[in-house]
Amino acid sequence: MLDRPHQPSSDEDPAKAPFPSSFDLRKEAEAAGITATLRELDRELIGLKPVKSRVRQIASLLLIERIRQQAGLVASPPTLHMSFTGNPGTGKTTVALRMAKILHGLAFVRRGHVISVTRDDLVGQYIGHTAPKTKEILKKAMGGVLFIDEAYYLHRPDNERDYGQEAIEILLQVMENQRDDLVVILAGYGERMTSFFASNPGFRSRIAHHIEFPDYSEQELLAISELMLQERGYRFSAAAREAFVKYIALRSQQPFFSNARSIRNAVDRIRLRQADRLVSDLDRMLSVADLETIDASDILASRVFAFPAAEVRTDGTSAPQ
Amino acid sequence: MRLTQGCFSFLPDLTDDQIYKQVQYCLANGWAVNIEFTDDPHPRNTYWEMWGLPMFDLADAAGVMMELAECRKVYGDRYIRLSGFDASHGWESVRISFLVNRPPKEAQFELSRQEVAGRGLRYTTKRRPAQQDALS
Repeated sequence: MLDRPHQPSSDEDPAKAPFPSSFDLRKEAEAAGITATLRELDRELIGLKPVKSRVRQIASLLLIERIRQQAGLVASPPTLHMSFTGNPGTGKTTVALRMAKILHGLAFVRRGHVISVTRDDLVGQYIGHTAPKTKEILKKAMGGVLFIDEAYYLHRPDNERDYGQEAIEILLQVMENQRDDLVVILAGYGERMTSFFASNPGFRSRIAHHIEFPDYSEQELLAISELMLQERGYRFSAAAREAFVKYIALRSQQPFFSNARSIRNAVDRIRLRQADRLVSDLDRMLSVADLETIDASDILASRVFAFPAAEVRTDGTSAPQ
Repeated sequence: MRLTQGCFSFLPDLTDDQIYKQVQYCLANGWAVNIEFTDDPHPRNTYWEMWGLPMFDLADAAGVMMELAECRKVYGDRYIRLSGFDASHGWESVRISFLVNRPPKEAQFELSRQEVAGRGLRYTTKRRPAQQDALS
């Protein structure tokens, strides 16, 4: 349909000018903004080793592909559809946003925007409603990245007349025919994605990159919490940090623990308690240090400490937040 | 007879790349892009049929090109045009409109004259019936 109009066109007419014979890799990488984006990825995302190495590989491939094109070598645009699997709060959405930036920097997507959708945005309510709805979203995502969160909801195995199947078919068709126009990223929790792919083999084969997001270790969670606090202009006192280490150890044993998302919620609640503590004594003069320091008492007041982890684990009934 | 209507119609037909760029220009200006088709391309027929809904809020013209490809698949034997509607206050009208598809055999028109009182003349553009097209 389109003769790949987004391909970076060289300034000189390739028919007239000879191809350059050597390339400054550093300059190319910097021009594409990869070095900066990858550095940012390293700095702002803690842990996620396998994810980062995969992102780095993809970025390298795209860079080399671009240079090969300039050198006049055969360049076949790689398939870039991806699937991100992992537990809640492991950073799938965040990485998807970064991915769009990298792909845009390398001119493999033209605009670099991310359209984030779930089943409701794609699947209609009645016969004939699904196709226009899905197409509308696809049209919006063209030139960027379509991020489908909890993609396994598209397929409902218990209802064979579910409209989700129609959305899947349209998606597959566009993923295949318009690889140059958009990149689709599916995200979801590990096992459910596996069974989703098992019942839709077409999806599995059309996705080149299956990236697994591991759970965070306790040290990583602590580093994440400190980064979050730093972004919000707070810091732990020494005692508070110790208390938070304990908090993480307890919380991660409890049900409904969702990695970085739980930590973010905890940080928000800690801020509430800190504000409450400061306001409770109105006659005091506050210093800047008071305003930005989180005390151990702000953390220890959490309900998590009221439920010893072992107990919760055995009966599994209570879900303190 | 080559139909000339809207922008660019005295130029050679636009290629898909050129159409893509025009659409991208429309989207960048925030205009709603419509795909319309008709088998009655009379200059006074302003009511062409719409292919789907107007398209706005798109970041990239590839979505419009996808719809255009589909419209061509179904109505490749008719005239198809793209138009960009500017909804901003004070304009509220079509800002650009151009043909993107012609039937293999184009419509023929003729000018007919009608004598009226006082040797006056009235002119009408009339479409020639299909069998007469074959003769011309």
